[in-house]
Amino acid sequence: MRKSSQPQSAMLKGTLDMMILRTLIGGDAHGHTIAKVIEHTSEDLLEVEQGSLYPALHRLEDRRWVSSCWGVSENNRKAKFYRLTAEGRKQLIRETSRWRQMRRAIGLVMGEEGGAQ
Amino acid sequence: MSWLRFLRRKRSDAELQDEIEAFLTEETADNEARGMSPDEARRQARTKLGNPQKVRETLWAQNSLLPLTNLGHDVKYALRTLSRTPGFSVIAVAVMALCIGAATSLFTIVRSVLLRPLPFRDPDRLVMMYEHHRGAGANTPDFSYNPVAPADFYDWRSKTHGFEDMAIMTYAGYNLTGEQEELPEAVRAAAGSWNLFQLLGVQPALGRAFTESEDRLGNTVVMLTWSVFQRRFAGDAQIVGRQIHLDGRPFTVVGVLPSWFTYPDAGIQLWLPYKADATPELLQHHDWHQSQVVARLRPDVSLASAQAQVGAVQYQLHLQYPHDSVNEDVAPRSLNEDLAGNVRKPLKLMLSAVGCMLLIGCLNVSNLLVARGAARQKEVAIRSALGAQRATLIREQLAESVLICAAGGLGGILLSVLATQLLTRAWKDLPTAQSIHLDGAVIAFACVLMFAAALVAGLLPALSTTGKTMMKALQTSARTGASSVSRTVLRKSLLTVEIGITVVLLVAAGLLLKSFLQLRSADVGCVTENMLTLKYSLPEKQYDTPEKVNAFNEALLERVRTIPGVRAAALGNTLPAAGYWGDYVFTVKEHPPLKPGEDLPEALMRWADPGYFSALGIPLVSGRFFTDDERVARSYKLIVSRQLVRQYMPGDDPIGKHLHVPAHAHPGAPGDVDYEIVGVVSDTLYQLGQKPKATMYFPILEGVTGGIQMLAVHTASEPLQFSVPVQKQIASLDPELPVSDVRTMNEVIGESLVNASLSATLVLAFAILSLLLASVGLYGVLSYLTTQRTSEIGIRMALGAQRDQLLQLMLIDGLRPALFGLGLGLVMSFAATRIFQSMLFGTKPLDPVVLSGVIATLLAVAVLACLAPAWRASRLDPMQALRTE
Repeated sequence: MRKSSQPQSAMLKGTLDMMILRTLIGGDAHGHTIAKVIEHTSEDLLEVEQGSLYPALHRLEDRRWVSSCWGVSENNRKAKFYRLTAEGRKQLIRETSRWRQMRRAIGLVMGEEGGAQ
Repeated sequence: MSWLRFLRRKRSDAELQDEIEAFLTEETADNEARGMSPDEARRQARTKLGNPQKVRETLWAQNSLLPLTNLGHDVKYALRTLSRTPGFSVIAVAVMALCIGAATSLFTIVRSVLLRPLPFRDPDRLVMMYEHHRGAGANTPDFSYNPVAPADFYDWRSKTHGFEDMAIMTYAGYNLTGEQEELPEAVRAAAGSWNLFQLLGVQPALGRAFTESEDRLGNTVVMLTWSVFQRRFAGDAQIVGRQIHLDGRPFTVVGVLPSWFTYPDAGIQLWLPYKADATPELLQHHDWHQSQVVARLRPDVSLASAQAQVGAVQYQLHLQYPHDSVNEDVAPRSLNEDLAGNVRKPLKLMLSAVGCMLLIGCLNVSNLLVARGAARQKEVAIRSALGAQRATLIREQLAESVLICAAGGLGGILLSVLATQLLTRAWKDLPTAQSIHLDGAVIAFACVLMFAAALVAGLLPALSTTGKTMMKALQTSARTGASSVSRTVLRKSLLTVEIGITVVLLVAAGLLLKSFLQLRSADVGCVTENMLTLKYSLPEKQYDTPEKVNAFNEALLERVRTIPGVRAAALGNTLPAAGYWGDYVFTVKEHPPLKPGEDLPEALMRWADPGYFSALGIPLVSGRFFTDDERVARSYKLIVSRQLVRQYMPGDDPIGKHLHVPAHAHPGAPGDVDYEIVGVVSDTLYQLGQKPKATMYFPILEGVTGGIQMLAVHTASEPLQFSVPVQKQIASLDPELPVSDVRTMNEVIGESLVNASLSATLVLAFAILSLLLASVGLYGVLSYLTTQRTSEIGIRMALGAQRDQLLQLMLIDGLRPALFGLGLGLVMSFAATRIFQSMLFGTKPLDPVVLSGVIATLLAVAVLACLAPAWRASRLDPMQALRTE
């Protein structure tokens, strides 16, 4: 339904969790910041759908890869902050290496020079 | 963890809403910073977020356990549909409660009596060892398990090694007299060898068991069972070591048995050492078959080899004593089977009857659900067109039957608590060594039953309503779609099976009832109306000579006979129809000696006073009755029954012949005594349902000391009115003497029929209930058919069909499943009745009266059930009928 769900901004399946974890390496953040950081860092190529951001955050919390607490945002508003746990850090490493392999594999198939790099 | 999530999903939803709100605020603030107006900023923020409801739903679903949620939905949905038709729901639940309740109570009894191990140490290795007469065929109901003679037992125990130990026990009776003015009481006791409790693995609750040295003649030690300890001695532990008086003799209480110990039955009040009251002569008798032997198998020996050892010893004894009745073989039976032997068959029969009833109940609920399914056909079709999966639809419909069965099962369990109590009280034969009560396993059984019933009742209707023909409901607007035709066929076949099973139950109930009536109307062979009976036993301490016993007995008879309204009085050791009591073997002196291997003749032994036969109305066939002269003078006379003459002296004139009775241990008599036959009387039954048995009567006045005596008083009016005057006469002769079992002869007979009447009544109740269920089913199906065919009937009427013809049409339509069911049921009964043939008395499995009765009843009920809907169909207003749909 959303106008912005154009193909180029649609996210690759299963990568959102990884990107959230990656974002949290820089420090605790709340939902809005996480979305903004992802969009910003991807030079606005990616758009985080809120409809999947929050379920994803809760899912990560369930798996104990992130923990959460209520705090006050930079604009002095109440917000729920997420923090990467030790377990989450390990998961990020696993996912990153998996992602690299995947990227290389797809690159090879698509005939790009030297696969990935 | 997911459970935690599931339980906390409300809170996590609230948090999410807060988070979303926070996001909106942040985004709005950002937008405002970019220079948008507050309204536009908020609108953009919302656009970016999308539908917050959807986010919430996604998370909610993520946090939910899908199957559990679905289950919740199904239950809620089923509850709503069920509460929309409260009448149906209540009936269905009641039917299931009744069926599950009955099945659960019977299972409770079966489990306690047949399945649960006895409360003894290693009960699997406990066997009862009987003497066995090889003549009787194996695997037949009258396979002989004969009680054991003590002399045989002592040889078995000393000469064989297959058993860890063997113990012997027998029954006895004592007068328990009060220490402090309590009323005297006749109690049942058991005498067991000193090692019995040790062998069973029973520790006394108080005190100790008997020691080996205490197990000898004249020893006065006693153990109390828990019931007499509580009842008569108020549970006072001080009783151990004190004395109580049995038959006027002091006995020292050495121990009290635990409360759960009700072996061999709950009626036993006291235990004595086996040899305490047995004379050495009796103990050496190979012919005194009065005892039971319990043996514990050694773990490393098979039962077969242990039995073979004992059998070899017994065969030696048989050869050694050719003139005594010594059986040539032995037969073991597990203790459990021994205790439950009498009830095994009726229990199984009732369990199958109740199983049939449960099945009928399920089929009935199933039938009702199919009818409801038909009414909801369109709803189901629309839902499935909208994408509902078949599995979901089936699950939903099953939820209904599960709910019905669960409610029914709950009610059933409550009901069965009550029913089990009633049943155990009414069923006299049930062994009580294991207490019968509801436990975890029984509840588990009820739950399994519940779900099995739910599946049986629910699956068929659910499958039928969601089948491939479902879509036709949408295509056709008329009610007579293809699917409803197939549904009608389904309902009719369910009904056919239901009626078939009902017929089996009806036939079984009819046969048992007829057999019971036959039993009750059997001629005992003596006067049974207006006959008061009672028991007493004269303690040997005070009444130690035959003269003293006779003085009491004769004085009592004389006093009783002079009570106004008393017609006659009889005194004997027992009375007709009061049980077996015992037999003696004998030889006819005038006959040539028996060939080796030939069975010794045997006959029931009875004692009778001179007035016994005339008072009881037992006619004399030839010779004479006893006279007052046949008394202590030892004239060695006896009277025999006609059956004895027929069986053992055919063609002879028995009067004046002599019977040699070796076992009749007559005090002071020489070992070999011949008794002259002075009379022949006609036969009486010792127990209803049994054939008359050869009987010999000894004169009671010849001076038998000890033992139970039974007095029968023939009165002019209601016999129980005479119980107080008669007891007063006894008290005036001996105030210490307890009297027991004051009953009328009809009550005595009735008691022996209790079990037969119980099985007949219960199976009849199940059958009537099933018939009711089947007729409700029949009515339901035909009513449904009538509504379905309303427009067709209208057309028929418009075309000129007569009301009579319509009535006939509908009746035949309804009666067809009934007739098929009847045929099916009769065929099944032919097979089923063979199984319980041995329980029937004087009734053949294919009894024409019963069969025609069943057929007539079923047809009558079926016609009645069909008549109402058929009548309604034929009275339809044709215009109304045509306008329907």
